[in-house]
Amino acid sequence: MENTRNTATLAAAPGPRLAGDLAIWFFILAELLAFGVFFAAYAFTRAKNLELFNVEQQALNRGAGVINTMLLLTASYFVVRAVQAAERAASAQSARWLLAAICCGLGFIGVKLTEYSAAFAHGVSLSSSPFHMFYLSLTFFHFMHVILGLVILLALWNGARKGRYHAGDMNGMETGAAYWHMVDLVWLILFPLVYVIN
Amino acid sequence: MSVEVHGTPRRATILWLLLIAATLLTWGLGAADVAGRLTILILAVLSFWKGSVIILDFMALRHAPVLWRALTLGWMILVWAVIAIAYWKGISR
Repeated sequence: MENTRNTATLAAAPGPRLAGDLAIWFFILAELLAFGVFFAAYAFTRAKNLELFNVEQQALNRGAGVINTMLLLTASYFVVRAVQAAERAASAQSARWLLAAICCGLGFIGVKLTEYSAAFAHGVSLSSSPFHMFYLSLTFFHFMHVILGLVILLALWNGARKGRYHAGDMNGMETGAAYWHMVDLVWLILFPLVYVIN
Repeated sequence: MSVEVHGTPRRATILWLLLIAATLLTWGLGAADVAGRLTILILAVLSFWKGSVIILDFMALRHAPVLWRALTLGWMILVWAVIAIAYWKGISR
């Protein structure tokens, strides 16, 4: 008990502190770099095929993209609330916020799958045009990250239900939360880039 | 009261509402189909602001060593700079 209190005091001490495990931050940097290269490739290919990109971008379901942006932002907000609740040792509340975030993530998956099936029905494929190649590979690469993020949130939810996280031990919760926010951060560039800018 | 790197629920809620509002504004600009440098600039600024809220507040990097803020915010600046260069290249062809 004494030990826990000491760690808690340390964690709450003023001064710089990186939330979460150092390893996840190296992983996040690697992910950001990979997405960054992808975004650059898209932007320069677009510059060479302006008319094609503009026409085919108009055919995308921008409404679905907006709904998905709001779902990811809301999930991120719920994750923040879950972290804050865990810090207050309100485990049950924390688990409920995480469950709400998971629901938003599943909503994103549902919207994306509907979007993909509509696109495939219209003959969109990796080889149908340079724009489609980027649209499918970029969004699918991100989609896989959302799925991994959901697995992580499920693990956090399970841990929160068992009261694993509290001010003295926030490492697991903060590490998982940082990954989820990274998935959101990448989408915040992907969405205007692929769906809106023309 | 100790320093909480994750901020208060109230602050998080306000930021979330602003993020949703910024998303709707992005949609509105897209729906209006007003292509042009000014629109792209507004879209980039909105996206940049949203990203910085995620980085500084949600990821709690505001309270992290400066190196991590520099790396993540620097990544975002670099990505938007590359997009801007490519966009400029596209319209000047």
